[in-house]
Amino acid sequence: MDDPLLIAGEKFGSRLIMGTGGTPSLDVLDRALAASGTELTTVAMRRVDPAATGSVLGLLADRGIKVLPNTAGCYTAAEAVRLATMAREALDTNWVKLEVIADERTLLPDPIELLAAAEQLIADGFTVLPYTNDDPVLARRLEQAGCAAVMPLGAPIGSGLGIRNPHNIELIVESAGVPVILDAGIGTASDAAIAMELGCAAVLLATSVTRARNPELMAEAMRLGVAAGRYAFLAGRVPRRRFALASSPPVG
Amino acid sequence: MRVIINGKPHEAAGNLSLAQAVGVLTTAQSGVAAAVNGAVVRRAAWDTTALADGDEVEVLTAVQGG
Repeated sequence: MDDPLLIAGEKFGSRLIMGTGGTPSLDVLDRALAASGTELTTVAMRRVDPAATGSVLGLLADRGIKVLPNTAGCYTAAEAVRLATMAREALDTNWVKLEVIADERTLLPDPIELLAAAEQLIADGFTVLPYTNDDPVLARRLEQAGCAAVMPLGAPIGSGLGIRNPHNIELIVESAGVPVILDAGIGTASDAAIAMELGCAAVLLATSVTRARNPELMAEAMRLGVAAGRYAFLAGRVPRRRFALASSPPVG
Repeated sequence: MRVIINGKPHEAAGNLSLAQAVGVLTTAQSGVAAAVNGAVVRRAAWDTTALADGDEVEVLTAVQGG
């Protein structure tokens, strides 16, 4: 089925956006990314390590996967804006997954700093994809600020707790005019399917694949889960009933 | 002169350009960004950006994450 994901006018054949953190080696990551079918993948920006061997950038380039730098590790708008500017310079992209977290224990977004950073980056010409709380009001404010997508969390980063507040995700989807991307909290393929059934345009995940016992196989499971959930959303589920509805003819 | 490159002190016999400071860490021709005292400097200007004693240089690249 031809059903591309559209973000800021750019088309992606896959609705699974991958993170790259957590695999034991670049080789394992490479195979997982291939199995996931992803066309958009996040990287972090860190100090150059002269001893590092291999590069995640080379791997993504070889697979034709678009790079989405994040601002992981930033606690203030000023830090995030500076890191995004460095990423734009290093990677020649004005796309950024904007992450401004409040504390290390929860890694939850700081909504005040997040919105401020989004406004500054958009004014500077960035295409901003913010990692946000599952708060419909904040999602609306981020969209009004000009974000190209909103990326509410299902649960805290790396927690694998799934979608803790599906009602809020539905509320965000209902009112959003930009793609809603479920970001963080996915534990297994059914979580990804549920996100898509709720109407999300895509799912962004890393830990559930990269730290799975078999990352490559879990990546394949996520690809199928996202596709299954998307198809189910488009097909339209039957209403829930309190009593039975016979599926065989009652007479004859 | 003495500058700080990614948090570590670096001694140079003479003047140091930003391009030379980056070269201490990497020879990569792409995928790297540099800032001096917090201000991002475009790659095209690295050669002509002279460092001053005590300048703090940050050199970043993409790593696995997110």
